[in-house]
Amino acid sequence: MKDMTEGYTTADGRRIGPVLMEMKNITLRFGGVKAITDISFDIREGEIRAIIGPNGAGKSSMLNVISGFYVPQEGEVWFKGYRRGPMRPYQVARLGISRTFQNIALFDGMSVLDNIMTGRLTLMKSGLLNQALWWGRAEREETEHREKVEKIIDFLEIQAIRKTPVGRLPYGLKKRVELARALAAEPKLLLLDEPMAGMNVEEKEDMSRFILDVNDEFGTTIVLIEHDMGVVMDLSDRVVVMDYGKKIGDGTPDEVRSNPDVINAYLGVAHD
Amino acid sequence: MPDQLLYATEAALNGLMAGVLYSLVALGFVLIFKASGIFNYAQGVLALFAALTLVGFQNGQVPFAHLINAVFGTDLHHFGWQLPALVAIVLTAGVMVALAIVIERYVLKHLVNQPPIILFMATIGMAYFLEGFGDIMWGADIKKLDVGLPQGLNETIDAVTFEAFGYGFFIDNLDIVASVVAALLVISLTLFSQYSKQGRALRAVADDHQAALSVGISLRFIWVLVWSIAGFVALVAGIMWGSKSGVQFSLSLIALKALPVLMLGGFTSIPGAIVGGLIIGMGEKLFEFFIGPMIGGATENWFAYVLALLFLVFRPQGLFGEKIIERV
Amino acid sequence: MFYREAGDFKTSYADDSQTFPIRFDRLRYYAVVAVAFGVIPFVINDYWANAVFVPFLIYAIAAIGLNILTGYCGQVSLGTGGFMAVGAYACYKLMTAFPEVSILIHVLLAGGITAMVGVLFGLPSLRIKGFYLAVATLAAQFFLVWLFNKVPWFYNYSASGQISAPERTILGHPVTGAATTASAKYLFCLVILFALAWLARNLTRGTVGRKWMAIRDMDIAAEIIGVNPLTTKLSAFAISSFYIGVAGALFFAVYLGAAEVGEAFGIQKSFLILFMIIIGGLGSIFGSFAGAAFMVLMPVLLKNILVGQFGWATDLAAHVELMIVGALIVIFLIAEPHGMAQLWRLAKEKLRLWPFPH
Repeated sequence: MKDMTEGYTTADGRRIGPVLMEMKNITLRFGGVKAITDISFDIREGEIRAIIGPNGAGKSSMLNVISGFYVPQEGEVWFKGYRRGPMRPYQVARLGISRTFQNIALFDGMSVLDNIMTGRLTLMKSGLLNQALWWGRAEREETEHREKVEKIIDFLEIQAIRKTPVGRLPYGLKKRVELARALAAEPKLLLLDEPMAGMNVEEKEDMSRFILDVNDEFGTTIVLIEHDMGVVMDLSDRVVVMDYGKKIGDGTPDEVRSNPDVINAYLGVAHD
Repeated sequence: MPDQLLYATEAALNGLMAGVLYSLVALGFVLIFKASGIFNYAQGVLALFAALTLVGFQNGQVPFAHLINAVFGTDLHHFGWQLPALVAIVLTAGVMVALAIVIERYVLKHLVNQPPIILFMATIGMAYFLEGFGDIMWGADIKKLDVGLPQGLNETIDAVTFEAFGYGFFIDNLDIVASVVAALLVISLTLFSQYSKQGRALRAVADDHQAALSVGISLRFIWVLVWSIAGFVALVAGIMWGSKSGVQFSLSLIALKALPVLMLGGFTSIPGAIVGGLIIGMGEKLFEFFIGPMIGGATENWFAYVLALLFLVFRPQGLFGEKIIERV
Repeated sequence: MFYREAGDFKTSYADDSQTFPIRFDRLRYYAVVAVAFGVIPFVINDYWANAVFVPFLIYAIAAIGLNILTGYCGQVSLGTGGFMAVGAYACYKLMTAFPEVSILIHVLLAGGITAMVGVLFGLPSLRIKGFYLAVATLAAQFFLVWLFNKVPWFYNYSASGQISAPERTILGHPVTGAATTASAKYLFCLVILFALAWLARNLTRGTVGRKWMAIRDMDIAAEIIGVNPLTTKLSAFAISSFYIGVAGALFFAVYLGAAEVGEAFGIQKSFLILFMIIIGGLGSIFGSFAGAAFMVLMPVLLKNILVGQFGWATDLAAHVELMIVGALIVIFLIAEPHGMAQLWRLAKEKLRLWPFPH
């Protein structure tokens, strides 16, 4: 087992803990196409870790590997000091990993409140019979979880829309509801797939604030994919840079910024 | 050859012939599915409707006679003429095109961008409507359909096989004709979609609706086109089946067999529809021949569905479909 | 004016999540229940029971069942008729094998057996989706009907191949068999429907319901947020089949009295129930009631008008009915995919503001 005791404190006083998750030599193929080639990196407790790279670099595939949706052909995923065996995505969710999606994946037929309540499904325990009779544990549980969900609703400032069907919401709010659903699971590790794509400046600022607040207040570890370089450099503690399925850089925003490979990839210098 | 094997071979051959008819209906499904993503449950009823209309034209029935009589107290039923088969077929094809236009106009246009399962249920509604409509228009009694296709035992095959094995195979002339027609239809449809301008547009639409629209292909025209073709295919299937067992409601249920055919062959593949049809046709006859007597017979009712079900569990994309990569 | 929620404040989350959060709705619901239990049983006659009320109550149970599977969990099934047949034959076998046990227990056990069969045919839903699954459920429909037709054990080797319900009583009153009164049939079905509807409502508003709807709306996302698709889909199949099985048992034992499988539980039955939930409203318990009422009443009405008033032939009226049903399905899917339940909801929203819309 890896040494997990290390840790450090950032310049702004946040405590970064030991390694929470480690990806070792991950390779993912679709048929003959390699989406990810031999990538390793780690994620520390309490940090904001960004994955960046041009379109088609394999970022979303990487996130899908972390959330268990894709199973890599080679490599190991270590979480909380244990090697994660082959798992179905719902089992991964129960380990405390939740996520948002690049193309919003909310449940359109349900209200905002119900959507966020689904985030807590992994934490609910009442049985079928209990719920059918709506008696004892089922009712108590519903109320308890509703209270928790209302806190998140307050936190993300979406009180006014809680009974609205999500299908009717504008894009920016949908993104926020999706974040709320992910947060409702009280995750150890939160994966955000382009949380700011398609937003205007104001919405981006709001979203950045929420991400920082989540990290700060709940101590949630966050992995995010984002195209907006300004946002990434401001938010994240460390950055992984991918290109054509390979890792070409890894380090603090400053280190990555001065990495010649990264500059090449972003300025479109010919690959050799 | 031992007798048992001979009988089995005969059953298999007859199954192949029945399979050709399944393929024919399945072809209509595939065309519509490829062009519009609609899983057209009404295809079977379309075949029934086409056959009813054909018989009606041939015998000079007055359309809606039943209804008119009930409302106005008249006693109409026939115009008193007989149309030649070919004229009736052409007229029926015209009706099928008109039907395609109506369907596009009043149903499909309003259902663009709905999830596939809603479209599927809408076609079930359409099937009900068409069934009632066909019955009101032409009456619900069982009708004989005869467009002059050869029927009955093929004596050449009977004689030749008797000569060779000492047992004459019973193969119906109609089945042979059906196989030839189906083969011709498949070839001409393939040529049409590969080499004609409309065919190219059709394939473009099948690939990507938005992109096809943006290069100036009229989606609505394409839909009318495929539904017309599907209507024509239904007409052919209706003629074959109607000649074989009369025009009646059960025709649309037999046509339901095309569904398992498609699940086997994959929804987007024309060769898949053909091969799937042959497998199902032959499979159910052989199953009935070998296993049927042991478990009470009439297994044709469900064999195709159960086969498709089991097959799908192991290979969800069908025989010829590509492996599905799921994305989020 | 009369439909107000102003001043109707909720002070706890439990209050907020109750079935009828608006007081007016709640009062009306109590009124309907009071009439259903307190008035109708005393005035009902044979015609109304057999033509309208009993089929409505039984179909409502089946519609709630299918709505759980299709409307809430998003798995379209065309095997409803076959599953009703399982309920009917299970009930028949139980009734004839254990005559001393209460019919109520037989009906519930029939539902349980159907649930097991439902789970069996639900297993492929893990691999196949959408209309592929719909077609796969046709396998259940055709296979089950064939099975009950061909295996004499199921109909106790009777010469006609039919099953017929012997007389069974509850608290001394016959509820099956020839001697049953209209109000006994009605009350027996009503009590079961009332209990099952209440259970369904509880299931759909809580955790299980959310899991089902998550699978319906986006199965991949649902799995990633922690919903186990296997247990969720199978629970929907099991519970849905339980309801449908109970409906099948009642349909045979109480309503028909004697049944032949192909006729009573053919594929037309599957479509009938499916149409009920499309017209009534997918994903709505109230919609199941509305749809069942509509599909039961419409033919009765049409028959009375076309055959009774205009003197049309019955087969012509039946064809008109087919056309109307088909057209209605298409119209509802185009105009209001959530059915009559949604229309009702919209009407209520209008009423809430009436007569001052601004």
